[in-house]
Amino acid sequence: MDPHISPQSAIETSSTAMPSEAPLLMAAWAVFRKDVRSELRTRYALNAILLFAVSTVVAMSMGMGPLTVSRNADLPIIQAALLWVAILFAAFTGLARAFVQEEEARTAAALRLSARPTAVFLGKLLFNLALLLLLVAVTTTLFIIMLRVQAGNPGLLAALLLAGSLGLVAATTLIAAIIARASVKGALFAVLSFPLLAPLLVVAIQGSANAIAGRGWESGVGSLQVLAGYTIALFTASLFLFNSVWEP
Amino acid sequence: MNEPLRLIVNDVAIEYGARRVLAGVSFELCAGETLVVAGANGSGKSSLLRVICGLQRPARGTVVIRTNGTVLRPSEALHLLGWVAPDLYLYRELTALENLAFFAAVRGIRCTRADLEALLDRVGLGGRGDDLLAAYSSGMTQRLRYAYALLHRPRILALDEPTVTFDARGVALVEQVIARQRDHGITIIATNDPREERFGDYILRLAQ
Repeated sequence: MDPHISPQSAIETSSTAMPSEAPLLMAAWAVFRKDVRSELRTRYALNAILLFAVSTVVAMSMGMGPLTVSRNADLPIIQAALLWVAILFAAFTGLARAFVQEEEARTAAALRLSARPTAVFLGKLLFNLALLLLLVAVTTTLFIIMLRVQAGNPGLLAALLLAGSLGLVAATTLIAAIIARASVKGALFAVLSFPLLAPLLVVAIQGSANAIAGRGWESGVGSLQVLAGYTIALFTASLFLFNSVWEP
Repeated sequence: MNEPLRLIVNDVAIEYGARRVLAGVSFELCAGETLVVAGANGSGKSSLLRVICGLQRPARGTVVIRTNGTVLRPSEALHLLGWVAPDLYLYRELTALENLAFFAAVRGIRCTRADLEALLDRVGLGGRGDDLLAAYSSGMTQRLRYAYALLHRPRILALDEPTVTFDARGVALVEQVIARQRDHGITIIATNDPREERFGDYILRLAQ
């Protein structure tokens, strides 16, 4: 194991200018665009989350029928809980994909050697957000149609779905990077994510219930503020922690 | 300050679990120098290159890159490092041009399609830029690895088994790349092919 270095000839040295680093946001945008292009060609995450979302809502609809038939005071909270559970479980099937794909296809080394960690994180986060917003749009539309849900305050419901999605993505993108190198990825993603997402879910469900019940914006402001605070806290923590997770 | 580029590998040890692959390797290279790391399979050549490129953490020791009075660790010197290896994988669902355009974008390199086509032409992939990587042969994939590694004109080029899967024209390409790198920076070659030892100014022999 002892190395030996033997000189063969002397070489003249030369020096060239050091190239500059890519602007962070441009590099992040490039990662996002690459992931979108890859996803549109492979449709791995897209198919998984959409199939899960559709089958969950259809199963709910077939099992329970239109919930409006037996309208009662608890109905909005039940509907909100069902909606968020469907979104959460569908998200679990696809949101880890951005990092898992890099590890499984063994392209992570090329990416590590080319892009700054923060650019990778932001690009993947943006991709996950786009995927989740698509999932939320499809799930909510199907949910409203198939379960005949009457959203009394659709503006507030949309704001809460957006705020909840931002929080969900802020929390799960870092976890996706952590589990990408593990052997039991799927189970680990759900196990690590759930404790982090529990507070988000409680607040999002309560706020969404108010929106479905048709209460005014003042009933949802508190939930929106908590979700915004949650998103900022998780996003900041993830940004600081990502370097340690991503680097070998 | 116009200090020449220096790569300083100091007492690097590599372990996989309880198995020590490499114990205390140290060397220093300046711009214009080429080092060949020779040794049998499992002697730690590839791992040493991965450590130098910041893709693997050593069990002990440091790798430092100095240029113009600045000390950089490999993880901070992405724009100085180029790596070609059998375990370098690019995106199979993208075309060669899309791959290169992506890596150029994340590196902040402004380049046109013509620039990328010229690079592909240089590595012998002229006219194949719009093919998906999934359709590439192993030799073509290896050529694309060179295009990936040379895209940003790296000052430190790490070549792991540089001629593997190459035909005679591919070997000529490698010779050309190494010759050009001599004017530009440092080259480190990991190989177990004795014919490739001729590329080096220095030879580091690793025993198993």
